[in-house]
Amino acid sequence: MIRVVLPAHLRTLARVSGEVHVDVADGATQRTVLDALETSYPVLRGTIRDHTTQKRRPYIRFFACKRDLSHDSPDALLPDPVIAGSEPFLIVGAMAGG
Amino acid sequence: MSKVRVLVGTRKGAFILSSDGKREQWDVSGPHFAGWEIYHVNGSPVDPNRLYASQTSGWFGQVIQCSNDGGKTWEPAGNEFAYDGDAGTHQWYDGTPRPWEFKRVWHLEPSLTDPNVVYAGVEDAALFCSSDGAKTWSEIPGLRRHGTGPSWQPGAGGMCLHTIVQDPQNAQRMFIAISAAGAFRTDDGGQTWCPINRGLKSEGLPDPNAEVGHCVHRLAMHASRPNVLFMQKHWDVMRSDDAGDSWKEVSGNLPTDFGFAIDVHAHEPETVYVVPIKSDSEHFPLDGKLQVFRSRTGGNDWEPLTKGLPQRDCYVNVLRDAMAVDSLDACGVYFGTTGGQVYASSDAGDTWNAIVRDLPPVLSVEVQTLK
Repeated sequence: MIRVVLPAHLRTLARVSGEVHVDVADGATQRTVLDALETSYPVLRGTIRDHTTQKRRPYIRFFACKRDLSHDSPDALLPDPVIAGSEPFLIVGAMAGG
Repeated sequence: MSKVRVLVGTRKGAFILSSDGKREQWDVSGPHFAGWEIYHVNGSPVDPNRLYASQTSGWFGQVIQCSNDGGKTWEPAGNEFAYDGDAGTHQWYDGTPRPWEFKRVWHLEPSLTDPNVVYAGVEDAALFCSSDGAKTWSEIPGLRRHGTGPSWQPGAGGMCLHTIVQDPQNAQRMFIAISAAGAFRTDDGGQTWCPINRGLKSEGLPDPNAEVGHCVHRLAMHASRPNVLFMQKHWDVMRSDDAGDSWKEVSGNLPTDFGFAIDVHAHEPETVYVVPIKSDSEHFPLDGKLQVFRSRTGGNDWEPLTKGLPQRDCYVNVLRDAMAVDSLDACGVYFGTTGGQVYASSDAGDTWNAIVRDLPPVLSVEVQTLK
């Protein structure tokens, strides 16, 4: 089980509160976690990754275990504590704008 | 008794303003989709409880929302807007080629005959259509591929398709407008399109009379006379009596003919409304006085309408999609400002009142007249 923390606007859109949990087969990566997230919450399709390119949207960042994973390969394994469920995978909206 | 519902899109959410036919007391609901930019909310003329909303964000992209109960509840709909085939390039501000890239939906226009059919005007400029109540979207590609697409350039607000006008007497005909490409028309249900910009003159272009490149801000039509179009261009208020084949300027005695919004009285096809804005570099009313101008002669002769509008220290803007009319016997006129006010007149513009004063900046206003 992977713990995912969404930014406030996406929690509202997905009609969830707090963390969401997704199940991913062995070897969780950004891609498999986001695929599972979008399967559970189809309304999030296109809001984190571009529909066509599947690239992270420019004002979205991915953090975990006090590290910025935004520029890691989407197919790189997530840190062990995330895979173990002891740390969450954070989806963060860049702090900008009004 | 008739009712009126005003659908307001703002920088930070949607609001729905409701009143009976007297239009004196208003209920305000919202914000819906709080914190998101709501470029447009519009209702089906066939099923007025079917509403569509464009919810967008620089962070999280595009969401389309759909309501089947007049905006009490909403469900997210499809948000995938993929250009047809290889999207190609348009021109950037400096004239260099730039790949077409979807950014947001500016305008949603439900079909005149089917509540499940809705058109979307998007940035970068293209026209999309859904036939399943906004679940899925397909581009109408003939518009971008008619030949001039690679030469289109963005206006200051982006390269947006912001106006969609359906011909109520000819289902095959539709008009659209793009900043800053101009106006276009299809006569075959969207298969092919032609620019309809003859007579427009834009000094900011290398060729002021060019076929495309004009910054058309808004088109308006009266349903009883679909061959007569009115246009607020960047500068100039224009009129066409031949479905856009040719245009003539009808700015007449306007104190400034720059502006964004334009609309036509519900029952008087020669009565037109504009909100003059000082200039393209100063997007606020002249002399701090918010004035709607009305022509009862289809242009050229304009009268200022000021009663109930601020006549000092007012420096708001009225954006292109932020004016609408109702169809009650005494035509109501409505507009929203970037200062968060929504003004309404229940006597065709003679007098005005603010329905609300402190919303976020208003991006769009639509009105539904409910029987």
